[in-house]
Amino acid sequence: MKSILTAPQLAITIKRLAHQVLENHLGLSNTVIIGLQPRGVFLSDQIVAAIRQELPGQPVEYGKLDITFYRDDIRKELHIANRTDIPFSIENKTVILIDDVLYTGRTIRAALDALLDFGRPEKVELCVLIDRRFSRQYPIQPDYIGKSIDSIVSQKVKVYWQEKDGREEVAILD
Amino acid sequence: MSLSTKHLLGIKNLTPEDISLILSTAAQFKEVLQRPVKKVPSLRDIVVVNLFFENSTRTRISFELAEKRLSADTISFSASASSVSKGETLLDTVNNILSMKVDMVVMRHSASGAPHFLAQHIPAAIINAGDGINEHPTQGLLDAFSIIEKTGSLQGRKVAIIGDIMHSRVAQSNIFLLNKMGAEVTVCGPPTLIPKHIAAALNVNVSYNLQETLQWCDVANVLRIQLERQNQVLFSSLREYSLAYGINRRLLDSLHKEIVIMHPGPINRGVEIDSDVADSKQSIILQQVENGVAVRMAVLYLLSQRSN
Repeated sequence: MKSILTAPQLAITIKRLAHQVLENHLGLSNTVIIGLQPRGVFLSDQIVAAIRQELPGQPVEYGKLDITFYRDDIRKELHIANRTDIPFSIENKTVILIDDVLYTGRTIRAALDALLDFGRPEKVELCVLIDRRFSRQYPIQPDYIGKSIDSIVSQKVKVYWQEKDGREEVAILD
Repeated sequence: MSLSTKHLLGIKNLTPEDISLILSTAAQFKEVLQRPVKKVPSLRDIVVVNLFFENSTRTRISFELAEKRLSADTISFSASASSVSKGETLLDTVNNILSMKVDMVVMRHSASGAPHFLAQHIPAAIINAGDGINEHPTQGLLDAFSIIEKTGSLQGRKVAIIGDIMHSRVAQSNIFLLNKMGAEVTVCGPPTLIPKHIAAALNVNVSYNLQETLQWCDVANVLRIQLERQNQVLFSSLREYSLAYGINRRLLDSLHKEIVIMHPGPINRGVEIDSDVADSKQSIILQQVENGVAVRMAVLYLLSQRSN
């Protein structure tokens, strides 16, 4: 196991991602944030908390999306569905999708399909903590990147979260 | 994690884990049904045939809607408009349909055990949509889902099932399910409509007193008097039944608490339940119907994993 981001580094990176989102969408007036279930939500929770700190008293629209029913490997393996909660309209809004690790791009492909069932956004951007470069199977690239890494297929990238795993760290498992 | 069974023949052979998985998946599908586009692509490679050898409104529409919301291809079949009336056997009918590459079969049949018989002879996944007086598992599941939605949990919940227990597949599926999930069940009705050894056989309380039963329970599931299954006289008249076992406003007002009223439909208004009760805020009859689609989506989704 090789550590890529320690807890303090992770905190700084998340803060930077929040600032980059704000930089591009000052005030977030026509922008909504949607975290992907199950593990992207730990990241989006922290990014949204950081954004809310920067914009006190201002509403930030934040939802969670589960893509289980849109997966393309549905016949291979049963996945347990998680809660989707998007209590606002995404029609003509800029949507910032947030996930922890971008690897093959298949999850984001499913997320785009799922998203369109909620309306027609003006624009969709992608924010990820870890971008595993050179491993994409679909033409998808992120707009905000916490850290880019080069890894081989046999390796696993794991993000540990305090609420779920009892600590915060990003590591490569061989 | 997946279901322990390839078919849904009854609640009897499900584990508590199976039931929890179906109910939690149904909660996610209920959210799908609130979206602007109430449809997901999960079953777009699956063909489902609905075989209804017995009449149905709710269950049939609910299954068809659930299949369409999952993007499955569907074929619907009713016995009266088919070669069954020319004398074709059940197995021949189904095998002919399956040879056209069908993945799942939803079947309602007046003979108890018909889906179990099919399951031994055909490879497709079978979902029992009601077989004779045996089971109606998706109704049991949607009733459980509705109780959890309204009261928070099944564990320790006191549920009364009232009416024609003898001929009711809904009662049987509910009893199996509620027992497995830690609820307490009392069946209540005239002695002629309650099977003799049910207390010992199915682990339920038996009561012939409606007022006492309602006072005891948190939830009352009121069954339909099945006029089509009464080939002998088991009570003297509908009016007499209604006076002794009909749920009316006066009776509910005499209780010291507000209980939840359920009914699997179709309602005989003024017989087992009065209109003002059926249409009151206490009643969750229409929520049951709404939840039925989500629960059936969950069952189809989870069983489709096994059918390939």
